[in-house]
Amino acid sequence: MNTRSFAEPFSRPRLAPHRRLQFDKMRDIWTVQAPERAFVLDETAHAIVSRCNGEAKIETIVDDLCRAYEGAPRDAVAADVLKLVQEFLDKGVMTL
Amino acid sequence: MALLAELTHRCPLQCAYCSNPLDLERASAELETEEWLRVLRESADLGCMQVHFSGGEPTARRDLDALVEGANQAGLYTNLITSGVLLDEARIARLVRAGLQHVQLSFQDSQADNANRIAGFAGHAKKLETAAQIRAAGLPLTANFVVHRQNLDRLDLMIDLALKIGAERSEIAHVQYYGWALKNRAAFMPTREQLERATATVEAARARLEGVMVIDYVVPDYYAKRPKACMGGWGRRFLNVTPSGKVLPCHAAESITGLAFENVRDRPLAEIWDSSDAFNRFRGTDWMPEPCRSCARAEIDWGGCRCQAFALIGDAARTDPACALSPDHAVVVEAAAAESSSPAGDFTYRNFAPRALRS
Repeated sequence: MNTRSFAEPFSRPRLAPHRRLQFDKMRDIWTVQAPERAFVLDETAHAIVSRCNGEAKIETIVDDLCRAYEGAPRDAVAADVLKLVQEFLDKGVMTL
Repeated sequence: MALLAELTHRCPLQCAYCSNPLDLERASAELETEEWLRVLRESADLGCMQVHFSGGEPTARRDLDALVEGANQAGLYTNLITSGVLLDEARIARLVRAGLQHVQLSFQDSQADNANRIAGFAGHAKKLETAAQIRAAGLPLTANFVVHRQNLDRLDLMIDLALKIGAERSEIAHVQYYGWALKNRAAFMPTREQLERATATVEAARARLEGVMVIDYVVPDYYAKRPKACMGGWGRRFLNVTPSGKVLPCHAAESITGLAFENVRDRPLAEIWDSSDAFNRFRGTDWMPEPCRSCARAEIDWGGCRCQAFALIGDAARTDPACALSPDHAVVVEAAAAESSSPAGDFTYRNFAPRALRS
Protein backbone atom coordinates (compact mmCIF):
# COMPACT_ATOMS: atom_id res chain seq x y z
CA MET A 1 0.00 0.00 0.00
CA ASN A 2 2.83 2.46 -0.60
CA THR A 3 0.83 4.20 -3.29
CA ARG A 4 -2.90 4.23 -3.80
CA SER A 5 -4.22 1.67 -6.31
CA PHE A 6 -7.16 2.40 -8.57
CA ALA A 7 -9.70 -0.12 -9.79
CA GLU A 8 -10.08 -0.18 -13.60
CA PRO A 9 -12.11 -2.49 -15.85
CA PHE A 10 -8.92 -4.42 -16.69
CA SER A 11 -7.69 -4.73 -13.05
CA ARG A 12 -7.47 -8.19 -11.51
CA PRO A 13 -8.34 -7.67 -7.83
CA ARG A 14 -7.92 -10.20 -5.06
CA LEU A 15 -8.03 -10.19 -1.28
CA ALA A 16 -4.78 -8.84 0.15
CA PRO A 17 -2.54 -11.38 1.90
CA HIS A 18 -3.77 -12.41 5.36
CA ARG A 19 -7.35 -11.38 4.63
CA ARG A 20 -9.92 -14.10 4.17
CA LEU A 21 -13.51 -14.70 3.26
CA GLN A 22 -15.19 -16.46 6.17
CA PHE A 23 -18.76 -17.40 6.96
CA ASP A 24 -20.05 -16.32 10.36
CA LYS A 25 -22.30 -19.22 11.29
CA MET A 26 -23.70 -17.53 14.38
CA ARG A 27 -24.92 -14.46 12.51
CA ASP A 28 -25.51 -16.31 9.21
CA ILE A 29 -23.49 -13.79 7.18
CA TRP A 30 -20.40 -13.71 5.00
CA THR A 31 -17.48 -11.64 6.28
CA VAL A 32 -13.97 -10.69 5.28
CA GLN A 33 -11.68 -11.15 8.25
CA ALA A 34 -8.89 -8.59 8.29
CA PRO A 35 -6.48 -7.22 10.90
CA GLU A 36 -8.55 -6.40 13.99
CA ARG A 37 -11.71 -5.90 11.98
CA ALA A 38 -14.32 -7.78 10.03
CA PHE A 39 -16.26 -6.52 7.05
CA VAL A 40 -19.80 -7.79 6.72
CA LEU A 41 -20.74 -8.67 3.14
CA ASP A 42 -24.29 -8.50 1.91
CA GLU A 43 -25.35 -10.82 -0.91
CA THR A 44 -24.14 -8.45 -3.64
CA ALA A 45 -20.81 -7.79 -1.95
CA HIS A 46 -20.27 -11.51 -1.42
CA ALA A 47 -21.05 -12.21 -5.08
CA ILE A 48 -18.37 -9.68 -6.06
CA VAL A 49 -15.68 -10.48 -3.51
CA SER A 50 -15.95 -14.24 -4.04
CA ARG A 51 -15.17 -13.69 -7.74
CA CYS A 52 -12.07 -11.55 -7.08
CA ASN A 53 -9.42 -14.26 -7.38
CA GLY A 54 -6.54 -12.24 -8.84
CA GLU A 55 -7.06 -13.82 -12.27
CA ALA A 56 -10.44 -12.52 -13.39
CA LYS A 57 -10.53 -8.96 -14.73
CA ILE A 58 -13.18 -6.65 -13.31
CA GLU A 59 -14.92 -6.55 -16.73
CA THR A 60 -15.05 -10.37 -16.74
CA ILE A 61 -16.46 -10.37 -13.23
CA VAL A 62 -19.14 -7.89 -14.37
CA ASP A 63 -20.07 -10.15 -17.32
CA ASP A 64 -20.29 -13.12 -15.00
CA LEU A 65 -22.50 -11.24 -12.53
CA CYS A 66 -24.81 -10.09 -15.35
CA ARG A 67 -25.27 -13.75 -16.35
CA ALA A 68 -25.84 -14.82 -12.73
CA TYR A 69 -28.29 -12.00 -12.00
CA GLU A 70 -30.32 -11.92 -15.17
CA GLY A 71 -31.85 -8.57 -15.98
CA ALA A 72 -29.34 -6.49 -14.00
CA PRO A 73 -28.24 -3.54 -16.19
CA ARG A 74 -24.54 -3.92 -17.03
CA ASP A 75 -23.66 -0.27 -16.32
CA ALA A 76 -25.12 -0.47 -12.83
CA VAL A 77 -23.35 -3.76 -12.11
CA ALA A 78 -20.02 -2.36 -13.38
CA ALA A 79 -20.40 0.73 -11.21
CA ASP A 80 -21.15 -1.42 -8.13
CA VAL A 81 -18.12 -3.62 -8.70
CA LEU A 82 -15.73 -0.71 -9.28
CA LYS A 83 -17.04 1.09 -6.21
CA LEU A 84 -16.73 -1.91 -3.91
CA VAL A 85 -13.27 -2.89 -5.17
CA GLN A 86 -12.02 0.69 -4.78
CA GLU A 87 -13.38 0.85 -1.26
CA PHE A 88 -11.64 -2.42 -0.35
CA LEU A 89 -8.40 -1.27 -2.02
CA ASP A 90 -8.48 1.91 0.06
CA LYS A 91 -9.08 -0.08 3.23
CA GLY A 92 -6.20 -2.44 2.47
CA VAL A 93 -8.56 -5.40 2.20
CA MET A 94 -7.88 -5.98 -1.50
CA THR A 95 -4.89 -5.65 -3.76
CA LEU A 96 -4.31 -5.61 -7.53
CA MET B 1 -17.46 -11.69 17.97
CA ALA B 2 -13.91 -11.41 19.27
CA LEU B 3 -11.88 -12.86 22.11
CA LEU B 4 -9.18 -10.84 23.85
CA ALA B 5 -6.81 -13.44 25.25
CA GLU B 6 -4.65 -11.79 27.88
CA LEU B 7 -2.03 -14.49 28.10
CA THR B 8 0.07 -12.95 30.85
CA HIS B 9 0.46 -9.77 32.85
CA ARG B 10 4.25 -10.06 32.64
CA CYS B 11 5.77 -7.29 30.50
CA PRO B 12 9.21 -5.73 30.23
CA LEU B 13 7.58 -2.33 29.62
CA GLN B 14 6.08 -0.30 32.44
CA CYS B 15 3.82 2.17 30.63
CA ALA B 16 2.03 4.21 33.25
CA TYR B 17 -1.23 4.18 31.25
CA CYS B 18 -1.35 0.38 30.97
CA SER B 19 -4.85 -1.03 30.51
CA ASN B 20 -4.14 -3.92 32.88
CA PRO B 21 -5.70 -3.84 36.35
CA LEU B 22 -3.68 -2.37 39.23
CA ASP B 23 -3.71 -5.81 40.82
CA LEU B 24 -1.60 -7.76 38.31
CA GLU B 25 -1.86 -11.56 38.11
CA ARG B 26 1.33 -13.50 38.84
CA ALA B 27 2.95 -16.02 36.46
CA SER B 28 2.15 -18.90 38.84
CA ALA B 29 -1.60 -18.24 38.41
CA GLU B 30 -1.53 -18.29 34.57
CA LEU B 31 -3.54 -20.83 32.57
CA GLU B 32 -1.62 -23.82 31.20
CA THR B 33 -1.21 -24.34 27.44
CA GLU B 34 -3.93 -27.03 27.34
CA GLU B 35 -6.35 -24.75 29.17
CA TRP B 36 -5.79 -21.93 26.71
CA LEU B 37 -6.23 -24.31 23.77
CA ARG B 38 -9.59 -25.35 25.18
CA VAL B 39 -10.61 -21.71 25.69
CA LEU B 40 -9.70 -20.95 22.06
CA ARG B 41 -11.81 -23.87 20.77
CA GLU B 42 -14.71 -22.94 23.01
CA SER B 43 -14.58 -19.31 21.90
CA ALA B 44 -14.75 -20.36 18.24
CA ASP B 45 -17.75 -22.61 19.04
CA LEU B 46 -19.38 -19.67 20.80
CA GLY B 47 -19.12 -17.58 17.63
CA CYS B 48 -15.82 -15.73 17.95
CA MET B 49 -14.17 -15.06 14.58
CA GLN B 50 -11.01 -13.35 15.79
CA VAL B 51 -8.64 -13.71 18.69
CA HIS B 52 -6.38 -10.92 19.89
CA PHE B 53 -3.39 -12.32 21.77
CA SER B 54 -2.47 -9.66 24.26
CA GLY B 55 -1.17 -9.18 27.77
CA GLY B 56 1.01 -7.85 29.40
CA GLU B 57 3.44 -8.97 26.75
CA PRO B 58 2.01 -12.10 25.07
CA THR B 59 5.39 -13.10 23.60
CA ALA B 60 6.58 -13.64 27.18
CA ARG B 61 4.60 -16.90 26.94
CA ARG B 62 6.89 -19.54 25.43
CA ASP B 63 3.87 -21.49 24.18
CA LEU B 64 2.57 -18.62 22.03
CA ASP B 65 3.33 -20.51 18.79
CA ALA B 66 1.24 -23.45 19.98
CA LEU B 67 -1.62 -21.15 20.96
CA VAL B 68 -1.57 -19.39 17.58
CA GLU B 69 -1.63 -22.77 15.88
CA GLY B 70 -4.52 -23.93 18.05
CA ALA B 71 -6.48 -20.76 17.33
CA ASN B 72 -5.89 -21.17 13.64
CA GLN B 73 -7.08 -24.77 13.73
CA ALA B 74 -10.22 -23.63 15.54
CA GLY B 75 -10.91 -21.25 12.63
CA LEU B 76 -10.03 -18.03 14.46
CA TYR B 77 -8.31 -15.14 12.69
CA THR B 78 -5.22 -14.40 14.77
CA ASN B 79 -3.89 -11.01 15.87
CA LEU B 80 -0.85 -10.42 18.03
CA ILE B 81 -0.75 -7.24 20.10
CA THR B 82 2.82 -6.75 21.21
CA SER B 83 5.54 -4.32 22.24
CA GLY B 84 7.85 -6.29 19.95
CA VAL B 85 10.85 -6.14 22.28
CA LEU B 86 11.04 -9.92 22.83
CA LEU B 87 10.62 -10.91 19.16
CA ASP B 88 13.31 -11.87 16.69
CA GLU B 89 13.40 -13.19 13.13
CA ALA B 90 13.28 -16.87 14.09
CA ARG B 91 10.35 -16.38 16.48
CA ILE B 92 8.40 -14.37 13.88
CA ALA B 93 9.00 -17.12 11.30
CA ARG B 94 7.63 -19.71 13.75
CA LEU B 95 4.55 -17.56 14.42
CA VAL B 96 3.91 -17.19 10.69
CA ARG B 97 4.17 -20.98 10.27
CA ALA B 98 1.72 -21.38 13.15
CA GLY B 99 -0.77 -19.26 11.22
CA LEU B 100 -0.40 -15.75 12.64
CA GLN B 101 -2.26 -13.23 10.43
CA HIS B 102 -1.39 -9.80 11.80
CA VAL B 103 0.76 -7.91 14.28
CA GLN B 104 -0.09 -4.73 16.12
CA LEU B 105 3.15 -3.19 17.35
CA SER B 106 3.13 -0.45 19.98
CA PHE B 107 5.29 2.67 19.98
CA GLN B 108 5.36 5.10 22.88
CA ASP B 109 6.53 8.11 20.82
CA SER B 110 8.31 8.96 17.55
CA GLN B 111 11.46 9.86 19.48
CA ALA B 112 13.52 7.20 21.21
CA ASP B 113 14.35 9.20 24.32
CA ASN B 114 10.78 10.06 25.25
CA ALA B 115 9.44 6.68 24.07
CA ASN B 116 11.89 4.89 26.37
CA ARG B 117 11.06 7.21 29.27
CA ILE B 118 7.31 6.65 28.87
CA ALA B 119 7.77 2.87 28.61
CA GLY B 120 10.28 2.74 31.47
CA PHE B 121 12.31 0.52 29.14
CA ALA B 122 14.87 1.26 26.41
CA GLY B 123 13.07 -0.63 23.67
CA HIS B 124 12.39 1.89 20.89
CA ALA B 125 15.34 0.90 18.68
CA LYS B 126 14.48 -2.79 19.07
CA LYS B 127 10.88 -2.08 18.07
CA LEU B 128 12.08 -0.56 14.79
CA GLU B 129 14.08 -3.73 14.06
CA THR B 130 11.08 -5.89 14.91
CA ALA B 131 8.84 -3.85 12.60
CA ALA B 132 11.21 -4.51 9.68
CA GLN B 133 11.27 -8.23 10.48
CA ILE B 134 7.47 -8.40 10.63
CA ARG B 135 7.17 -6.74 7.20
CA ALA B 136 9.92 -8.97 5.78
CA ALA B 137 7.89 -11.97 6.93
CA GLY B 138 4.96 -10.67 4.87
CA LEU B 139 2.67 -9.99 7.81
CA PRO B 140 0.33 -6.98 7.85
CA LEU B 141 1.50 -4.47 10.44
CA THR B 142 -0.46 -1.97 12.51
CA ALA B 143 1.55 0.70 14.31
CA ASN B 144 -0.14 1.58 17.59
CA PHE B 145 0.45 4.90 19.31
CA VAL B 146 -1.13 5.69 22.64
CA VAL B 147 -1.20 9.49 22.76
CA HIS B 148 -1.40 11.96 25.65
CA ARG B 149 -0.08 15.35 26.69
CA GLN B 150 3.52 14.09 26.87
CA ASN B 151 3.76 13.03 23.20
CA LEU B 152 0.74 14.48 21.39
CA ASP B 153 2.62 17.42 19.89
CA ARG B 154 4.65 14.93 17.80
CA LEU B 155 1.62 13.21 16.27
CA ASP B 156 2.64 14.11 12.70
CA LEU B 157 6.06 12.51 13.33
CA MET B 158 4.38 9.38 14.68
CA ILE B 159 2.30 9.10 11.51
CA ASP B 160 5.50 9.52 9.47
CA LEU B 161 7.11 6.76 11.52
CA ALA B 162 4.19 4.42 10.82
CA LEU B 163 4.59 5.05 7.09
CA LYS B 164 8.34 4.61 7.20
CA ILE B 165 8.13 1.18 8.82
CA GLY B 166 5.59 0.00 6.24
CA ALA B 167 2.51 -0.11 8.46
CA GLU B 168 -0.69 -0.57 6.46
CA ARG B 169 -2.65 0.77 9.34
CA SER B 170 -1.98 2.94 12.32
CA GLU B 171 -4.05 3.16 15.43
CA ILE B 172 -3.84 6.45 17.28
CA ALA B 173 -5.51 6.01 20.62
CA HIS B 174 -5.87 8.63 23.29
CA VAL B 175 -5.28 7.21 26.75
CA GLN B 176 -8.41 5.70 28.24
CA TYR B 177 -8.51 6.37 31.96
CA TYR B 178 -8.94 3.09 33.83
CA GLY B 179 -6.62 1.23 36.18
CA TRP B 180 -3.06 2.50 35.85
CA ALA B 181 -4.06 5.33 33.54
CA LEU B 182 -6.68 6.61 35.98
CA LYS B 183 -4.09 6.55 38.75
CA ASN B 184 -1.80 8.63 36.52
CA ARG B 185 -4.48 10.71 34.82
CA ALA B 186 -3.05 14.11 35.74
CA ALA B 187 0.25 13.26 34.01
CA PHE B 188 -1.43 12.38 30.70
CA MET B 189 -4.58 14.47 30.27
CA PRO B 190 -4.15 16.62 27.13
CA THR B 191 -5.42 20.17 26.88
CA ARG B 192 -8.39 20.90 24.65
CA GLU B 193 -6.07 22.84 22.31
CA GLN B 194 -3.72 19.85 22.03
CA LEU B 195 -6.67 17.63 21.27
CA GLU B 196 -8.03 19.94 18.58
CA ARG B 197 -4.62 20.13 16.88
CA ALA B 198 -4.31 16.33 17.05
CA THR B 199 -7.72 15.79 15.51
CA ALA B 200 -6.86 18.21 12.68
CA THR B 201 -3.55 16.37 12.14
CA VAL B 202 -5.38 13.05 11.86
CA GLU B 203 -7.94 14.44 9.43
CA ALA B 204 -5.25 15.95 7.20
CA ALA B 205 -3.23 12.72 7.26
CA ARG B 206 -6.29 10.63 6.41
CA ALA B 207 -6.96 12.80 3.36
CA ARG B 208 -3.29 12.74 2.29
CA LEU B 209 -2.87 8.99 2.85
CA GLU B 210 -6.14 7.65 1.45
CA GLY B 211 -5.47 4.22 -0.01
CA VAL B 212 -1.94 4.24 1.43
CA MET B 213 -2.43 3.83 5.16
CA VAL B 214 -5.61 3.45 7.18
CA ILE B 215 -5.67 5.58 10.33
CA ASP B 216 -7.95 4.55 13.17
CA TYR B 217 -8.41 7.23 15.79
CA VAL B 218 -9.70 6.69 19.31
CA VAL B 219 -10.80 10.03 20.78
CA PRO B 220 -10.50 10.87 24.47
CA ASP B 221 -13.97 10.68 25.91
CA TYR B 222 -13.26 13.27 28.61
CA TYR B 223 -13.69 15.82 25.82
CA ALA B 224 -16.50 14.04 23.97
CA LYS B 225 -20.19 14.89 23.83
CA ARG B 226 -21.32 11.27 23.66
CA PRO B 227 -19.70 8.28 25.34
CA LYS B 228 -17.97 5.49 23.47
CA ALA B 229 -20.04 2.36 22.97
CA CYS B 230 -17.71 0.45 25.20
CA MET B 231 -16.95 -2.99 23.72
CA GLY B 232 -19.90 -2.41 21.36
CA GLY B 233 -22.18 -3.04 24.33
CA TRP B 234 -21.62 -5.15 27.46
CA GLY B 235 -21.70 -8.88 26.67
CA ARG B 236 -22.70 -8.34 23.05
CA ARG B 237 -19.71 -9.23 20.92
CA PHE B 238 -16.60 -9.20 23.05
CA LEU B 239 -15.10 -11.25 25.81
CA ASN B 240 -11.83 -11.10 27.63
CA VAL B 241 -10.06 -13.97 29.36
CA THR B 242 -7.44 -12.91 31.91
CA PRO B 243 -4.11 -14.72 32.44
CA SER B 244 -5.62 -16.79 35.26
CA GLY B 245 -8.80 -17.63 33.32
CA LYS B 246 -11.34 -15.11 34.59
CA VAL B 247 -13.88 -14.20 31.91
CA LEU B 248 -14.65 -10.47 31.67
CA PRO B 249 -17.03 -8.43 29.48
CA CYS B 250 -14.22 -5.87 29.08
CA HIS B 251 -10.59 -5.72 30.10
CA ALA B 252 -11.23 -3.15 32.86
CA ALA B 253 -14.33 -4.82 34.31
CA GLU B 254 -12.55 -6.06 37.42
CA SER B 255 -12.30 -2.46 38.58
CA ILE B 256 -16.04 -2.67 39.33
CA THR B 257 -16.13 -4.06 42.85
CA GLY B 258 -19.20 -6.12 43.59
CA LEU B 259 -19.16 -7.99 40.29
CA ALA B 260 -18.00 -11.61 40.53
CA PHE B 261 -16.27 -13.07 37.49
CA GLU B 262 -16.34 -16.74 36.67
CA ASN B 263 -13.32 -18.76 35.58
CA VAL B 264 -12.81 -21.02 32.56
CA ARG B 265 -11.28 -23.54 34.97
CA ASP B 266 -14.69 -23.98 36.60
CA ARG B 267 -17.22 -23.76 33.75
CA PRO B 268 -17.38 -23.91 29.94
CA LEU B 269 -16.99 -20.54 28.25
CA ALA B 270 -20.45 -20.66 26.63
CA GLU B 271 -22.15 -21.09 30.02
CA ILE B 272 -20.25 -18.16 31.46
CA TRP B 273 -21.15 -16.03 28.44
CA ASP B 274 -24.85 -16.99 28.54
CA SER B 275 -25.67 -17.17 32.19
CA SER B 276 -23.07 -15.57 34.45
CA ASP B 277 -24.25 -12.68 36.58
CA ALA B 278 -21.35 -10.47 35.43
CA PHE B 279 -22.30 -10.78 31.75
CA ASN B 280 -26.03 -10.38 32.33
CA ARG B 281 -25.84 -7.45 34.73
CA PHE B 282 -25.46 -4.76 32.03
CA ARG B 283 -26.39 -6.71 28.91
CA GLY B 284 -28.96 -5.13 26.58
CA THR B 285 -30.98 -2.11 27.67
CA ASP B 286 -33.14 -3.28 30.61
CA TRP B 287 -30.60 -2.22 33.23
CA MET B 288 -30.43 1.35 31.91
CA PRO B 289 -31.32 4.40 34.00
CA GLU B 290 -32.43 7.70 32.51
CA PRO B 291 -31.28 9.51 30.44
CA CYS B 292 -30.15 6.34 28.60
CA ARG B 293 -33.41 4.42 28.84
CA SER B 294 -35.42 6.83 26.69
CA CYS B 295 -32.45 7.96 24.57
CA ALA B 296 -32.51 7.48 20.81
CA ARG B 297 -28.88 6.36 21.09
CA ALA B 298 -29.55 3.63 23.69
CA GLU B 299 -28.59 0.89 21.23
CA ILE B 300 -25.79 2.95 19.66
CA ASP B 301 -23.86 3.98 22.78
CA TRP B 302 -25.21 1.19 25.06
CA GLY B 303 -24.98 3.57 28.01
CA GLY B 304 -21.25 4.13 27.46
CA CYS B 305 -18.70 2.63 29.79
CA ARG B 306 -19.69 0.86 33.01
CA CYS B 307 -16.16 1.00 34.40
CA GLN B 308 -16.01 4.75 33.91
CA ALA B 309 -19.36 5.28 35.65
CA PHE B 310 -18.08 3.21 38.57
CA ALA B 311 -14.66 4.85 38.71
CA LEU B 312 -15.89 8.43 38.58
CA ILE B 313 -19.25 8.34 40.38
CA GLY B 314 -19.12 5.06 42.27
CA ASP B 315 -22.11 3.42 40.56
CA ALA B 316 -21.62 1.17 37.53
CA ALA B 317 -25.35 1.29 36.76
CA ARG B 318 -25.42 5.03 36.02
CA THR B 319 -25.01 6.71 32.64
CA ASP B 320 -21.36 7.10 31.65
CA PRO B 321 -20.42 10.60 32.89
CA ALA B 322 -18.55 11.13 29.59
CA CYS B 323 -21.99 11.70 28.02
CA ALA B 324 -22.99 15.36 27.99
CA LEU B 325 -26.55 14.24 28.85
CA SER B 326 -25.40 12.57 32.08
CA PRO B 327 -26.32 14.45 35.28
CA ASP B 328 -22.74 13.69 36.40
CA HIS B 329 -21.03 15.11 33.31
CA ALA B 330 -19.45 18.00 35.26
CA VAL B 331 -17.12 15.50 36.97
CA VAL B 332 -15.47 14.73 33.62
CA VAL B 333 -15.39 18.30 32.35
CA GLU B 334 -13.86 19.60 35.57
CA ALA B 335 -11.25 16.84 35.76
CA ALA B 336 -10.15 17.46 32.17
CA ALA B 337 -9.93 21.22 32.67
CA ALA B 338 -8.14 21.08 36.02
CA GLU B 339 -5.65 18.33 35.22
CA SER B 340 -4.70 19.43 31.73
CA SER B 341 -3.94 22.96 32.90
CA SER B 342 -1.71 22.03 35.84
CA PRO B 343 1.91 20.77 35.54
CA ALA B 344 2.12 17.17 34.27
CA GLY B 345 3.85 16.03 37.45
CA ASP B 346 4.99 12.54 38.35
CA PHE B 347 3.59 9.27 37.18
CA THR B 348 3.78 5.78 38.64
CA TYR B 349 5.19 3.14 36.32
CA ARG B 350 3.05 0.06 35.83
CA ASN B 351 4.87 -2.69 37.66
CA PHE B 352 4.31 -5.65 39.95
CA ALA B 353 5.90 -3.47 42.63
CA PRO B 354 4.80 0.08 41.83
CA ARG B 355 7.22 2.90 42.49
CA ALA B 356 7.00 6.60 41.67
CA LEU B 357 9.51 8.10 39.27
CA ARG B 358 9.84 11.66 38.18
CA SER B 359 8.54 12.48 34.72
